[in-house]
Amino acid sequence: MKYVDEYRDREAARNFARAIARITTRPWAIMEVCGGQTHSIVKFGIDELLPKEITLLHGPGCPVCVTPLELIDKATQIAARPEVIFCSFGDMLRVPGSSIDLFSVKAKSGDVRIVYSPTDALKIAQENPGKQVVFFAVGFETTAPANAMAVYQAKAQGLRNFSVLVSHVLVPPAIEAILSAPDNRTQGFLAAGHVCTVMGYEEYIPLAQKYHVPIVVTGFEPLDILQGIYMCVRQLEEGRAEVENQYLRAVRRKGNVPAQELVTKVFCVVPRKWRGVGEIPQSGLGLRHEYAEFDAEQRFGVAAYTAEEDSECISGEVLRGVKKPHECSAFGNRCTPEHPLGATMVSNEGACAAYYRYRRFEQRVAAATKSES
Amino acid sequence: MCLAVPGKILSITGEDVLRSGSVSFGGINKQVNLAYVPEAKVGDYVIVHVGFAISIVDEAEAKQTFEYLKQMGDLEELGPAS
Repeated sequence: MKYVDEYRDREAARNFARAIARITTRPWAIMEVCGGQTHSIVKFGIDELLPKEITLLHGPGCPVCVTPLELIDKATQIAARPEVIFCSFGDMLRVPGSSIDLFSVKAKSGDVRIVYSPTDALKIAQENPGKQVVFFAVGFETTAPANAMAVYQAKAQGLRNFSVLVSHVLVPPAIEAILSAPDNRTQGFLAAGHVCTVMGYEEYIPLAQKYHVPIVVTGFEPLDILQGIYMCVRQLEEGRAEVENQYLRAVRRKGNVPAQELVTKVFCVVPRKWRGVGEIPQSGLGLRHEYAEFDAEQRFGVAAYTAEEDSECISGEVLRGVKKPHECSAFGNRCTPEHPLGATMVSNEGACAAYYRYRRFEQRVAAATKSES
Repeated sequence: MCLAVPGKILSITGEDVLRSGSVSFGGINKQVNLAYVPEAKVGDYVIVHVGFAISIVDEAEAKQTFEYLKQMGDLEELGPAS
């Protein structure tokens, strides 16, 4: 496929890795803040191509993973109602709530449907006027324009049986939360390419300056990631802290302005809870007052519900790059993709699931055997 | 979750928020909302996320990764950095 295959060239990847090794003189810790990049890094073994001085930390870059427990509970409560058709992206269905997940609701005859796009949910609402159709609007800035469009069109069409359960989060406040934590290890960031496709990258400039960290807007294919790491290491070695753009073929400095305009029309910035991290001020999107009638939390009376998270799961530390997945005592035994304790093991893009799936499990066993001997 | 895939626009219909088009992803065609890329034309490659085109692929910039690599190779041939 054009614009995909050529960025997976093995020889070019080795050349980038050699170039990174050539300019690296001391240890550096770089964090990617996108689950798609985490998945690529582990799947293609990019971290294993790098010199041992470079540590890649996998940040809170998966909206599925950071959706708070209480919101999953709200989703299952709404989905279990007989008048509701609950529509969601597929990866939310297995995320464990306090007691059940959306798949279990579906198994117990709840009408839970996987959709590819929020506009599919809108269509289901048009076709089922006797039902309440709820769309689980999760995502980062990348998904916000699509979700905003569904709500905007629902209002324009006067659709009274459509609403959204919103769990939208924003990347820059999460980066700031990581950088301002006392145990922060991250020295440079790969910013998420598709988030910046929508938002541009000007909002990262004050962060790079305030915390003196390089931030490189990076794509998703192996060569994109290797080039992003190269650009980040070069800045670190030269003592620079700038925002650079590796993903030039898709990202413009100001982002996608028409998309930002519609997002701003429908959503406003609100505080959000992040699973494993806690509440981060001004870190998410909620519906504007003018669109409040489409808020599923209000419509189904679940807004006030709260829930506490499991204490054994260390996903919060994994998401902040303080710990690696295999440093968790539950990893690979009490916690697996089939029986996840926390969300980083559930989603394909979660660091724990990626480590488990691509054999990083064996490394932990090997390390444990070594330390025992 | 933020997965987005490049595809080629085959045809365009509708206007404003309902502007959409048929987009080919390596031979598989899907209907995609094009409201956020008003300047996109038939034949352009767009980056598509959950049924919405969010950017037009810049063909010239798409080559820069390989040029960057070539430049690094040229530097290497000049000898180690001093």
